[in-house]
Amino acid sequence: MGSYIPATGEERKAMLAALGLSSTEELFQVVPEQARVHELNLPEGLSEMEVARKVSGLAERNVRFRSVFRGAGAYRHHIPAIVKTVTSREEFVTAYTPYQAEISQGILQSIFEYQTQICELTGMDVSNASVYDGAVAAAEGCLMCMERRRNGVILAGTADPQVREVVETYCESRGVPVTVLPVSDGATSTDDLRAALSEGTACVYVQSPNYYGVLEDMDALVAAAHEAGARVVMGANPISLGLLKTPGEYGADIAVGEGQPLGMPLGFGGPYLGFMACRKELMRRLPGRIVGETVDGEGRRAFVLTLQAREQHIRREKASSNICSNEALCAMTASVYLAAVGPQGLRRVAENSAAHAHYLAGKLASVPGFALRHKGREFFHEFLTDCPVDPDMLCSRLAERGILGGLPVEGGLLWCCTELCTRNDMDELVTAIREVCAQ
Amino acid sequence: MKLLFERSRPGRCESIIPPCDVEQAQFSPSLLRAAAPRLPEIAEVDLGRHYTELASQTHGVNKGFYPLGSCTMKYNPRVNEEMAALPGFTDIHPLQPAETAQGCLEVLYETERLLCEITGMDGMTMQPAAGAHGEYTGLLLIRRYHLSRGDTARTKIIVPDSAHGTNPASATMAGFTVVSVPSNAEGGVDIEALRKAVGPDTAGLMLTNPNTVGLFDPAILDITRIVHEAGGLCYYDGANLNAVMGHARPGDMGFDCVHLNLHKTFSTPHGGGGPGCGPAGCKAFLEPFLPGPRVRKEESRFTFFQPEKSMGRVRSFCGNFLVAVKALTYILTLGREGIPEASAMAVLNANYLMKKLAGHYDMAYDTLCMHEFVMSLEKQKNELGVSAMDVAKSLLDYGIHPPTMYFPLIVHEALMVEPTETESPETLDDAAEAFLSILEQARTDAAHLHGAPHHCPIGRPDEVRAARTPVLRYDFGQK
Amino acid sequence: MSNIPAELKYTASHEWIRTEGDLYVIGLTDFAQSSLGDIVFIELPQEGDAVTMGESFADVESVKAVSGVFSPVSGTVAAVNEALIDNPALLNEAPYDAWLIKVSGAQEVGELLDAAGYEAVCKAEEA
Repeated sequence: MGSYIPATGEERKAMLAALGLSSTEELFQVVPEQARVHELNLPEGLSEMEVARKVSGLAERNVRFRSVFRGAGAYRHHIPAIVKTVTSREEFVTAYTPYQAEISQGILQSIFEYQTQICELTGMDVSNASVYDGAVAAAEGCLMCMERRRNGVILAGTADPQVREVVETYCESRGVPVTVLPVSDGATSTDDLRAALSEGTACVYVQSPNYYGVLEDMDALVAAAHEAGARVVMGANPISLGLLKTPGEYGADIAVGEGQPLGMPLGFGGPYLGFMACRKELMRRLPGRIVGETVDGEGRRAFVLTLQAREQHIRREKASSNICSNEALCAMTASVYLAAVGPQGLRRVAENSAAHAHYLAGKLASVPGFALRHKGREFFHEFLTDCPVDPDMLCSRLAERGILGGLPVEGGLLWCCTELCTRNDMDELVTAIREVCAQ
Repeated sequence: MKLLFERSRPGRCESIIPPCDVEQAQFSPSLLRAAAPRLPEIAEVDLGRHYTELASQTHGVNKGFYPLGSCTMKYNPRVNEEMAALPGFTDIHPLQPAETAQGCLEVLYETERLLCEITGMDGMTMQPAAGAHGEYTGLLLIRRYHLSRGDTARTKIIVPDSAHGTNPASATMAGFTVVSVPSNAEGGVDIEALRKAVGPDTAGLMLTNPNTVGLFDPAILDITRIVHEAGGLCYYDGANLNAVMGHARPGDMGFDCVHLNLHKTFSTPHGGGGPGCGPAGCKAFLEPFLPGPRVRKEESRFTFFQPEKSMGRVRSFCGNFLVAVKALTYILTLGREGIPEASAMAVLNANYLMKKLAGHYDMAYDTLCMHEFVMSLEKQKNELGVSAMDVAKSLLDYGIHPPTMYFPLIVHEALMVEPTETESPETLDDAAEAFLSILEQARTDAAHLHGAPHHCPIGRPDEVRAARTPVLRYDFGQK
Repeated sequence: MSNIPAELKYTASHEWIRTEGDLYVIGLTDFAQSSLGDIVFIELPQEGDAVTMGESFADVESVKAVSGVFSPVSGTVAAVNEALIDNPALLNEAPYDAWLIKVSGAQEVGELLDAAGYEAVCKAEEA
C-alpha cells in the first residue's frame, strides 16, 4: 500500500497520547453515524512500482500519431527542451498562489513577464495572469463588456464551436442574450453584423483566424461594432500573432485566446491556458489575478498581486468573476516558450505553419474531390476542403499509417499544419490519400 | 533581479526552429503586424540561469513547511508528475477518434468512478479546471434542475457567512442571488437562522464541511434536511474533503452535488496558482444536466456520450486531463486503506500542532479540530500591538510559509493553520517552536516583528503604491 | 478619536452631507477612511446619473477591502469630484474636503444625524 505519511506507528501513538486519545477514530466522533462510511469500495493501494506500471499501461493504449494534421483548437508544435526543464522545477510546481510576496518573487516576476509578453503579442495595454482556457477567456471577455443598458452578446458563427458553447453557457446563467451570426463562405459578413447590432449590444466576439482557418475582415467588423457603440472581443491564435496584425492594431477592445500552442503539449485537452488582455480603460474589469510592480521598504523592485479589490475574496457576491486559481504554471510555460524562441523564432513558427498549410492546400487541390471550400479567403494554418469519400473512413485509413488526418467538419475535412508537418510528411499524406481514394 | 527584457540583446539568435522547407505563404500586407513583438532575445544559458534565480526566490512545498490553511499544501508525489508526463498522454490530440484514445477515456472513466465512490455521488464531470469553476458547474446543475421542473421561483442560494469568497461569487455567476446566514458560537451553521432563510425561493445551500474554521458541523444531517424540506438542493464545497475522505461522504450527509479540488485533496501540485482540476459530481437525478461529453464503458470499450439535458460546456475538451492523471495515480497508490489513513493523519497532525500552540495562542474554537484550526491574534494585537500579519511575516524568516491570514472573516486577526498529513512530527515540533519564539519576541521586541521579514529577497512590498499607480507590464524604458 | 466637524450632517453608514444652495454635497467621514485604510481607487457615477436614497452610488477600494458609499438622498448627480479618480489618497488626507458627488433635485432625504448622534454611532462601532 502506498503512503506519503512520514509518521511511524510509534510516533502516531505518541501524538495521540499527547491529545489524550488512543486512536484516530476518536477524532471523527463528531461525525454522525449516518454520515460515516466504514470501508470504501476502492482497490487496494499500490507501491510506486505497481502504480507506474498500471498507469503506463493506460498511456500505452493510446495511439500516438507520427504526423498530425488536425488542429481545431489544439495544436501540436515543437516544444523547446528548455521549456520542459524550467517548468518542471519543483519550486514552481509545488508553490501555491503567490499571496506572500516576500517568498514568491519568482512566481510573481514570471507572471509579470508573461503579462508583458501577452501585451506585446496582442497589442494591448493590460493582461491578467491567465484564465482556464481560451473558451473561458472568450466568455469572461464578453462578460467584461456588460453595461447597464447594453447586455447583449453577438457571437461570430465562425468561432470555434466549443468556444461558442462555453460563451453561451456563461451568458445564459447571467441572463445575457446571445445572437450567433450566420457563416458566410467561411467568414463573417459585415452586413450580417450590422443587421444584428443594436443599442443593446454590449460586445461582438470574433475569432481570427477563425474555426475554418480564415482570416476575418477585422477592420470592417471592428468599425461596424464601434459605430454601433459595441465593444469587440477578438479571439486570436497566439502563434499567428508572431506574424499577423494584432487585436490592438485592429482596434479591438479585448484580446483573448488559447495559449496552448505556446509550449504546452496536446495532453488530451489540458492543462491549457486562457490569455486575456485589454485596453487600459477596461483594466479594472479584467477578471482574475494581476501582478503589479512596486517597491519594498528599502526601495527595491518588488512584484505583488494587485488590484485585488476586483476579486471574489474581497468583493464576494459582487465580484465580476469567481476565478481564483488560474493556470499560472501554463502562463510560465508560455513565457519561457516566447523567451526561448524570441521574436524571430515565433515569426518562423508562424511562417512555417502557414507555409506548410498553403503547400498542403495546393497539393490537395490537385487530388480530385479535395477542393478548398473557401477559395477567395486568406487563411493562416487551417483550411477546410471537400472530401469525396467518407471522411471518417479516410481518417481511419490514414490512422493505420500513423497519420492523424484533418477533422471531419461539415462533410469535409478541416486540415491543420504546423512547423512540425514537414514537406515529406505532407507528400506522404497526399500519396496516402490518393491511394485510399483510388481503392 | 533583472527582468527577461532587461537581459535581452538584439540579434541573440535561437536555433530552435529550422528554415522553411516549402515556399512562404503570401499574405495581404494589410493582414501583417506593423512591428515584431518585443519578446526577449536571450541565449539559452542565460535563460536557464534567469529561471534558476527565480526558482531560488520561490517557496514551494518541496522547499519547506507550507501550513497554508484551506489550501491543503500536502506533498505532491513525483510519480504523479512522471505519469502525467508520459508521451502516451501528452501527445494525444483531444479530437482524436475515441478508439485511438482509449487510455485517456479510461483515465477519465476510472477517475470519475473512484471519485464518485469517495464522495458518494453517481456521476461526475472532469471539465471544470479549478475549484471555483467546479462550484459554478455544480450551481448550474441546481439551476438546470429547478428550471427543468418549471420552478422559476428558486433564485436564491444560501451561503454561511464563514464561506470562502468564491461561494457567493460563483452563485452570482450562476444567476442566483445570495442569502448569507450567520454562524453560531461553535462556528457551525445557525440552525434557527437557516430555518428562517429557507423558503419557496430557495434554490439551494452551499456548504463546506468541515467548514472554514476547521470544524465538522455535527448538525449536518439536520441542515441538509431543512434545505430539502424547503425544496432546495444541497451543494458540497469539497475544499475540505481531505479531512474526512474515507470516513464520511458528502452523499451520505445529504448533499446532492459537490465539487472537488484535485489540487488540494488529491495531491496534484498547485503550480503557483494552477493548473488545478475541479470535478463536479452529483446524484443520479442531476446527471442528465452535466456538461458533455462524458465517458461510458460499453463492454470493454470506452465511448463519449452527451447527457440528455446537458447545461452545455464550461470548458473546451475534457478539462485539465493531465491533472486527472496525477489524481488517478494518487488514488490508486493510496487505495482503500490509504485514503482514510491520509485524512486521519491530516486531522491528527492538525490537532497535535494545535495542542502545542494552545495556551500560548488563543484558539478561535476550544475543541478538537479537523484538518485545520484557526487562531486569533486579537489579544496580542490589543495588548502588544502585534498583528496576525506580523506573526505571518515573521514565520517567513524561519523558512515556513505563513498560515492563511485574515480568513475566515468571522474570526478577528485570524491565522488558519493546516499542516496536512505529509508532514513529520519533527517538522510540526519545529514549527511550533518557531510560533512560540515569535510570540516571545512579540513581548520583548515587537518592533522586530513589525519589520519582518528580515531575511527574504525583499521586505514587505508597498501594496498601496502597487494599487494606486498600477504598473502591470514592463515599459521597455519608455515611461 | 476621529474628527467629526460640528457643522456637517451624517449618516449611520459613514457619509457626511452638507448643502450648497439646493445641492447636497456628499463625502466619506474621517472614521470611514481610517477604517478602510489607504484608499487606492474610487469608482464614481457620472454626471446626470440618478442616485437613490439608501443605495450605493460609488465603490471605494483599499488594498484589502471594498466598500459601497450610500446616498442619503434621491436625486441627480450634478457634479463629480474628478480629482479623486486620479488621486484617491485625497480621501485619506482630507476627508471633509474630498467630496464625492453633488446631488441636485433632491426628492427624498433620509434621516441625517448631527455630529453628536454620529459620534455615538462611531463609538458603538469601535466597542
